[in-house]
Amino acid sequence: MADNAEILSGLAEIVEEVAGIDAGDVAAEKSFVDDLDIDSLSMVEIAVQAEDKFGVKIPDEQLAELKTVGDAVDYIAKNQ
Amino acid sequence: MTGAPVEVVVTGYGATTPLGGDAASTWEALLAGKSGVGTTQGAFTERFDLPVKISAQLAVEPTDVIARVQARRMDRCEQVAVVAAREAWAHAGLDGDEPKVEPERLAVCVGTGIGGAVTLLDQDDLLEGGGVRKVSPLTVPMLMPNGPAAVVSLELGARAGTHAPVSACASGAEALAWAYRLLQDGDADVVIAGGAEACITGITVAGFVQSRTLSQRNDDPERASRPFDTDRDGFVLGEGAGILVLERAEFARARGATIHGRLAGYGLTSDGYHITGPDPSGAGQSRAMLKAVKTAGLEPSDITHVNCHATSTVAGDVGEAAAVRKALGDQPVLTAPKSALGHLVGAAGAVESLVTMLSIRDGIVPATLNLENLDPGVSLDVVRGEPRKMDIDAAMNNSFGFGGHNASVVFTKV
Repeated sequence: MADNAEILSGLAEIVEEVAGIDAGDVAAEKSFVDDLDIDSLSMVEIAVQAEDKFGVKIPDEQLAELKTVGDAVDYIAKNQ
Repeated sequence: MTGAPVEVVVTGYGATTPLGGDAASTWEALLAGKSGVGTTQGAFTERFDLPVKISAQLAVEPTDVIARVQARRMDRCEQVAVVAAREAWAHAGLDGDEPKVEPERLAVCVGTGIGGAVTLLDQDDLLEGGGVRKVSPLTVPMLMPNGPAAVVSLELGARAGTHAPVSACASGAEALAWAYRLLQDGDADVVIAGGAEACITGITVAGFVQSRTLSQRNDDPERASRPFDTDRDGFVLGEGAGILVLERAEFARARGATIHGRLAGYGLTSDGYHITGPDPSGAGQSRAMLKAVKTAGLEPSDITHVNCHATSTVAGDVGEAAAVRKALGDQPVLTAPKSALGHLVGAAGAVESLVTMLSIRDGIVPATLNLENLDPGVSLDVVRGEPRKMDIDAAMNNSFGFGGHNASVVFTKV
């Protein structure tokens, strides 16, 4: 079980790999769309990689609710 | 001289080919008589026991030029289109912070023969291995044949229309013809036009092998592509992209652009004869050449140089030479750049049109490599040995494709 800090850093690595955003800029309060400029196609890739990395399921309707990096970290923490 | 109401000029160009990562290095290598053909590098050559082990692969990997995150969203054929388009855009002086052309007056015509075959194969492997979750959400935009045109349009912000002619090995030349029409019709001031291809992989090589069209001279790759030579045994598959910036002359002059050449006319016809073989009468090819001459406002005797499609197949080369003679007469001096570049399929017509235009501009025609014994069926003068200096007012590029597509374009001196 990863703690929130570990989840954040793991998620940041995925975001950097998929979208080229420096992992250091992937902070909890950042919005995927508005702040990080990540499109819906990249969000699908990020979700699939996060599922594999943290052993969670992220259904599409849930993915749409994950507006910020912090939302995603909280969801993963609760469901891993 | 131009027969059309709107004068269409070339103000910039770019390329990435087996001879070089840009247009200048490609042109220099062509004039130096270098070959871009070698033993194929890639895992598929070991995975399948293919009888053809040679190809003309890129001199510079597109992923060395394009940022990683942008590159991973594009198929290889889209990557080469972007590399060539960026070069052409900057070469035409259209880059910089201030827009030189309104996006609504900027169009794109970039063709391909095959499109994203590599993506289709890679993603199919992922589907087989890991199921639907492993398949990239970018699969369709990466494999679609309008992908190269679309990524160029995105890169440059073109909003006057984005088009993707798909006519096999004629695609690159047909893209120039479409661009010419767009400019004639007043739909754009500037068109980014050309072709892109990057499909050297197991299934394409196997498919061409089974259609008996590839050279099997594995032990001597640089001598495998030998258009018009009596010992030719097929073409060599290549990859790359070529892009021309075509522009209304009035617009180009007003912005002070350097003009490198004029696209004076085009002819497009179809054989309606056979899915792969050209009509042996050459009628469709001759008609394309004559239409190109006519739209250029010229006479057939004005064409003194033809940059041939000539791929190094047994049937194709002699047929084309006969069709040239029938349409244009005995005066054109021929060359066959596929002897050095290999066959770039959907990019061939664009890269070779660029070569044609540079031959006019610089007054020099590159030699056809490996032409040791001219096929007795060819009665025209083919440049071989050394490049030939000659003053050219009007020259033609021919590109023909599986499906019976014939595309001829005429360039003239400015």
